[in-house]
Amino acid sequence: MGGLLKSSVAKKFAMALSGLFLVLFLAQHFTINLTSVISPDTFNSWSHFMGTNILVQGILQPILIFGVVFHFIMGFVLEIQNRNARAKSYVSYNGSANSSWMSRNMIYSGAVVLAFLGLHFYDFWVPELVHKYIESHPEDATRYYGELVAKFVSPVRTGLYVVSFVFLMLHLLHGFSSSFQSMGVNNKYSEGIRKFTVGYAIIIPLGFIFIAVFHYFNNL
Amino acid sequence: MKLTLKIWRQENATAKGKMVDYNIDGIDGDMSFLEMLDVLNEELVNKGEQPVEFDHDCREGICGSCSLQINGEPHGPDKFITTCQLHMRTFKDGDTIVIEPFRAKAFPVIKDLIVDRTAFDRIQQAYGYISVNTSGNTIDANTIPIEKENADDSFNAATCIGCGACVAACKNASAMLFTSAKVSQFALLPQGEVEADRRVLAMVEQMDKEGFGNCSNTGACELECPKGISLENIARMNREYLKASVK
Ligand code: HEM
Ligand code: SF4
Ligand code: FES
Repeated sequence: MGGLLKSSVAKKFAMALSGLFLVLFLAQHFTINLTSVISPDTFNSWSHFMGTNILVQGILQPILIFGVVFHFIMGFVLEIQNRNARAKSYVSYNGSANSSWMSRNMIYSGAVVLAFLGLHFYDFWVPELVHKYIESHPEDATRYYGELVAKFVSPVRTGLYVVSFVFLMLHLLHGFSSSFQSMGVNNKYSEGIRKFTVGYAIIIPLGFIFIAVFHYFNNL
Repeated sequence: MKLTLKIWRQENATAKGKMVDYNIDGIDGDMSFLEMLDVLNEELVNKGEQPVEFDHDCREGICGSCSLQINGEPHGPDKFITTCQLHMRTFKDGDTIVIEPFRAKAFPVIKDLIVDRTAFDRIQQAYGYISVNTSGNTIDANTIPIEKENADDSFNAATCIGCGACVAACKNASAMLFTSAKVSQFALLPQGEVEADRRVLAMVEQMDKEGFGNCSNTGACELECPKGISLENIARMNREYLKASVK
């Protein structure tokens, strides 16, 4: 990493790139999850495809894992540098006079999302690995919907998912449009980009909340 | 009007420093903020106490030296002005005003409210200039036609007075707005284009070396800048930097 990401500008470029990649992934993840409220069969066949396709498992998944790990490690690196840049803090600091809460608290919204990812991996990825590689069950293309629905029996888990998605929303409300500025894009299209990113940042997390809550009530 | 002032007092660069309360009376709404501090200092001197040290020079918003953090905002609550252009009518009788130096690791306090902003000078010296032959065959700048839009943007970037409010406002004490204004004013003109790559790499490197933070795109700098330097300059610098790095 050293030389290539030495400067502040390069680090922010990498941060933006990894963030945008996660935004793309999120849209794909959302689309597949949404099928679970429409048609269990469609959800099963997509999940089966994603779980067994060699391209997805062998190339896209490692890239995704690298992207996530890179993004939050770089987030912490930037945060530490930023804190060090102000040796002594102000007695009075009126941040809301000139900037949004979201933009000033990316590390906190990001940290909540990170904690959520821990839970999410524990819920879905760990059982998946156990199923495939430890217990080595034969592949059953119809198991996915049942596994998904079973997770949302618990009101606590459903609640944690909902809260996490709210923080994801806060993270994206600033992060998505910010990544364009970090990559040097600020022109006549920027107002349009900003509107689109705000729409995305609200609709996608709300959609995830809908899916979780839908399955919770469906289970009752 | 009658005011309570909470002011940062620090004997010298190494002293610890603390906030000290002062009560002041008879302040007129038409006084500037610095005139109010003059009144306080006169009282302090008459009492045999050390006056509050603060930076100032032009007192008309062009030199950029009067940098104070007032109630948590650089240059106080009003927009597009420097501290010397801030008037006491902005405040109400009985108000408490917190006055601190601009805080950044790269801007160490020299005394009381005065900070050392030579980090900005060093960023400028790193490549905030163009190399022109001045040995007798100089070409008049006006003979080179420049697109109106670029000329305007360059001029706007050049209005940065180096006050440091962008750094003071930023939660990361980032100097991106200042540096990008200095990069942009040349990058937009044919005279500056020749050395554009070397310039942006050198100035960003110096900016990082000084210990300023990274940009989180909060936009605080743009809103607190007395000259309204736009965030477009930061995007332009990012572009210039990335372009120069891949060459
Ligand atoms: C699905 C998950 C996530 C997505 C889609 C996402 C997306 C983004 C995007 C697009 C940016 C903007 C980059 C820029 O302004 O240049 C960003 C910034 C940031 N992200 Fe994330 N992020 C995610 C998870 C996380 C996690 C787990 C952390 C861990 C702490 C994190 C920490 C940060 C921080 C600190 C920034 C701000 C960096 C700065 O501007 O100084 N993010 N994120
Ligand atoms: S960009 Fe604005 S706030 Fe920053 S130093 Fe220049 S004039 Fe001051
Ligand atoms: S004293 Fe010169 S800008 Fe305020």
